[in-house]
Amino acid sequence: MSGLLPRNRALHPPALTPEYRSTRLRAPLRPLVALPSTLSEETGPVFGHGMLEPNDSDLIVNFTGTPALGERVIVHGQVRDEDARAIPGALIEIWQANAGGRYRHKNDSYLAPLDPNFGGAGRTLTDDQGRYRFLTVRPGAYPWPNGGNNWRPMHIHFSLFGAGFGQRLITQMYFEGDPLIALCPIAQTVPEGGVDRLVARLDMDTAIPMDALAYRFDIVLRGRDQTMFENCKEGL
Amino acid sequence: MTERLPESPSQTAGPYVHIGLVPNLLGISGLYPHDFGASPIKNGAMGEKIRIVGNVLDGDGTLIRDALLETWQADAGGRYPGTEGADPNVTGWARRITDLKTGAWQLDTIKPGAVPGPDGASMAPHVSVFLVARGINTGLQTRIYFADEARANAACPILSKADRPDTLIARQTAPGAYRFDIRLQGPDETTFFDI
Repeated sequence: MSGLLPRNRALHPPALTPEYRSTRLRAPLRPLVALPSTLSEETGPVFGHGMLEPNDSDLIVNFTGTPALGERVIVHGQVRDEDARAIPGALIEIWQANAGGRYRHKNDSYLAPLDPNFGGAGRTLTDDQGRYRFLTVRPGAYPWPNGGNNWRPMHIHFSLFGAGFGQRLITQMYFEGDPLIALCPIAQTVPEGGVDRLVARLDMDTAIPMDALAYRFDIVLRGRDQTMFENCKEGL
Repeated sequence: MTERLPESPSQTAGPYVHIGLVPNLLGISGLYPHDFGASPIKNGAMGEKIRIVGNVLDGDGTLIRDALLETWQADAGGRYPGTEGADPNVTGWARRITDLKTGAWQLDTIKPGAVPGPDGASMAPHVSVFLVARGINTGLQTRIYFADEARANAACPILSKADRPDTLIARQTAPGAYRFDIRLQGPDETTFFDI
């Protein structure tokens, strides 16, 4: 096992972002205790293809078998670490609203109807080049309670595992050209325009004529220290 | 020197995290036959069976009912799953939610052993936690230690770095039963790590 690179917290949203109202009572207010990684962060659960069903990555048919309503889109990309090395076998789980902006969740009571054929989740493992691909429908934008006229941009939630539990990342993917990104208090929690790295690009080379548009979304997970051996002696 | 890439920024898991990660727990059947992380152990896992229960509380002391916790731990011998000699009946990883009505979470597992730590030191038995919810922008890392491991806790090179170590120690309520509450703010705010 090699050590994990310290996280550059300046790339991530601060815990307290008052414009996103829910953080006000849920953001830890004391500083994080920063330490070099240990075996507990450098190891992690392993997932295999035997744990997946063939249609898990096709959200259009993985709920009932009958195609879901909405604009058909391929979402694909590559998962790499901070040293640009592909991460094979990474579990990616996604969830999203349907084409009308409604989640299949008992706490979502938005006016838009459920689609009886859309569950709203998918999962896959990256291949030996770190690549992944989902087929889904473009999620709708929707309003949410944040003290004003707030709308979430079209987005897909992404959950990722690297090889170590300390590489765990949950984030959101947005769609190129969506004017709501700049207005969203959640998207704008990311400092200094970094939200741009969460915006998937329209990818006409991958789009399938008369079938589906495509968006490309590459993801970078926390890396591993290549000079662990030297650093170890000066560590903790 | 190879190209260096910035880590992708985190975003909140939001209030609907259950759809993606534990749909069956939410009552959505039809997506997956089983949720991942239903249990960190299989039949035959060696070690003491334990149950950890708790709540997650916000700055007003209100129970958070939309949190998801992932836990990762070693086997009873202190070996992580996937490493040499590890107990094949310990998968080590679990997903738990705070109940949508009661706000309680519960983990049934085996007590982990002490794990090798930095510089040949030993880390006291612990369960690592990754916590997400609406209003949490970046998943929070913390650890559950055990009150009945006072000597090991005192010598743990990680626990000793925590400014409020008491917030990381699960209280023993009965043999094999522990309580661990996570407080996001306030005088007893849980210690969270960047590790």
